[in-house]
Amino acid sequence: MNFITNFPLFTIVLSLFSGVLCTMLSGKTARRYTVIYECVLIALVSCVLYYTVRTGESFTYVMGEFPAPWGNEIRAGILESLLALIFLIVMICSVLGGSRFIDLDLDFSKVNLYYTLINLMTAAIMAILWTNDIFTGYVFLEILTLTSCGVLIVREIGRTTLAAIRYMIMNLLGSGLFLLGVVLLYDITGNLLMIPMQETIARISGDHRTLLAVTMALGVLTIGLAIKSGLFPFHFWMPDTYGYATPTSGSVLSSLVSKCYIFLLFKIYYRVVGIGVFEKLPIANILLVLGMCGIVLGSVSALHAEHINRMIAFSSAAQIGYIFMGIGIGGTAGYTAAIFHILAHSVTKSLLFLTTPRLAEASGNSLLFKKLQGSGLRDPSTGFFFGAAGFSMIGIPIFAGFSSKLLFASAAVGSGSRYKMVLIMIVLAVSSVLNALYFIRTLIRIFSEGEDKRRTTVKHGALYAVSMSTLIAVNLALGLFSWVFTGLIEKGLQMFG
Amino acid sequence: MLANLLANYEEAVAVILFGIGFTMLLFQNNLFKKLIGLNIMDTGTFLFLASMGYIRGRKAPIITDGVTDAAAYINPVPAGLVLTGIVVSVSVTAIMLSLTVRLYRRYHTLQLDEIYEMSKHQTEDR
Repeated sequence: MNFITNFPLFTIVLSLFSGVLCTMLSGKTARRYTVIYECVLIALVSCVLYYTVRTGESFTYVMGEFPAPWGNEIRAGILESLLALIFLIVMICSVLGGSRFIDLDLDFSKVNLYYTLINLMTAAIMAILWTNDIFTGYVFLEILTLTSCGVLIVREIGRTTLAAIRYMIMNLLGSGLFLLGVVLLYDITGNLLMIPMQETIARISGDHRTLLAVTMALGVLTIGLAIKSGLFPFHFWMPDTYGYATPTSGSVLSSLVSKCYIFLLFKIYYRVVGIGVFEKLPIANILLVLGMCGIVLGSVSALHAEHINRMIAFSSAAQIGYIFMGIGIGGTAGYTAAIFHILAHSVTKSLLFLTTPRLAEASGNSLLFKKLQGSGLRDPSTGFFFGAAGFSMIGIPIFAGFSSKLLFASAAVGSGSRYKMVLIMIVLAVSSVLNALYFIRTLIRIFSEGEDKRRTTVKHGALYAVSMSTLIAVNLALGLFSWVFTGLIEKGLQMFG
Repeated sequence: MLANLLANYEEAVAVILFGIGFTMLLFQNNLFKKLIGLNIMDTGTFLFLASMGYIRGRKAPIITDGVTDAAAYINPVPAGLVLTGIVVSVSVTAIMLSLTVRLYRRYHTLQLDEIYEMSKHQTEDR
């Protein structure tokens, strides 16, 4: 049984190795290989999840057997394995669902390099989820940034290059601040492993001036990761970045990469600072306010967009706001809601980004709303998939979006402060109405008869249907059996600190 | 306050450098100057780490004269972190330079506002 404790490291090393291997394969073989090895990763991660649920505690894997203050560590609990499992499912579905566009958008000889990037990105995601060392977190954060820039610029049109430059500049500002924050924290605590850092901070947090220094370092670090994940007011790079990338990239960037940054931030709050100390600091309230602003303003911008992918990207900004709001509410209920929303949003948003280009294909290759009229009738299966994801975004019961809104509402009720509760309820109501407005408007548009009355029966590959159905199945599972997932997340949070 | 700043002048300079680099990366219009700002920002962080990691009067942790007492040596970890940071910074700069070249080939300018202006007139639907 102890052999399972090696699996988290295997997932990272296997992904890195696969990234190198894919540079030597042809495009088609690289895709096949990527899908197969990601299935292997899913199996490994499922084993870790099963093991941690059964033993009821997290385990620490010490690399090279150097004990605590010196070595490098990996730590796996229920929370990390659950996130890793869902992220891998989303990753594999994005690769399968968007593979036709990868072949269209990329030069034939470079397709295998795209899978190299995807595999390196998987390695970075896995490492950020598992790591127990803050500097390892920084290194893989940079790898994630570089690979996400890579998957963005593979489509060689002017707009994506420009979007990539902007994305990189914002990300580099974020990385610089994150590094400064890490260095300051290292300066204060003298450690890079998370648990010894937490012990030191707990010991010195009684002193007012040291606590101020910790707050400053944490503030710098938080701003860095907020820029990278696109929290309001740093969300303006999102529409260009997600809107014109090749579908797999858009889906992976919006549903996995930005969530990884948030999870790393959450891990630092929970494990480096210690949640007891963190709740005394003013940072949570600032995140709450920024999150709520992001929810409302992101939705308002989405309402004004005239390009379907830009609308979805702005709605991403709003969903990031939800997650930060959950962290801002605090308490087990707030954190559970935030983590659940990470899962719910990643399965929904990937579905949206993978279906819109097919709708565009049925409407003269245009993503503008006025051209999309009736596209759901011209391509019924894609219309159905898009509709399901749209319903989840609006928050129709049985879908994941509904459960996460419910969790946020109940977390707000339990937050203790009446002003906070009223404010959060108002924001939830307003954002639900706005969400419903722009998604129902879109659904009506794509399902109502336009001038273009052709019934082109578009033939999609079986893999596309399978991957989209999988995403909808996970979405429904999150919605219908939300108590299973919230139970797992709560147990995971107990062993997370 | 001022005495503290003077005593830690290396760290103060490092943070000022970080600020200069940060504002350059954020506000410069010329792409190449932005990249120089990025490098100044990273260098500021490295200077901070290096100066914090060095303790006056101690030596690099290599045993040559049989002294095994840890108090005689400095901690090698900050230097290791600086090296890692430099590697990251170099690779990021390389990818940014290649992006800059690609943009220049397409728009024949390095001024970002001009590039934005030109990209507005493009019609690429998907």
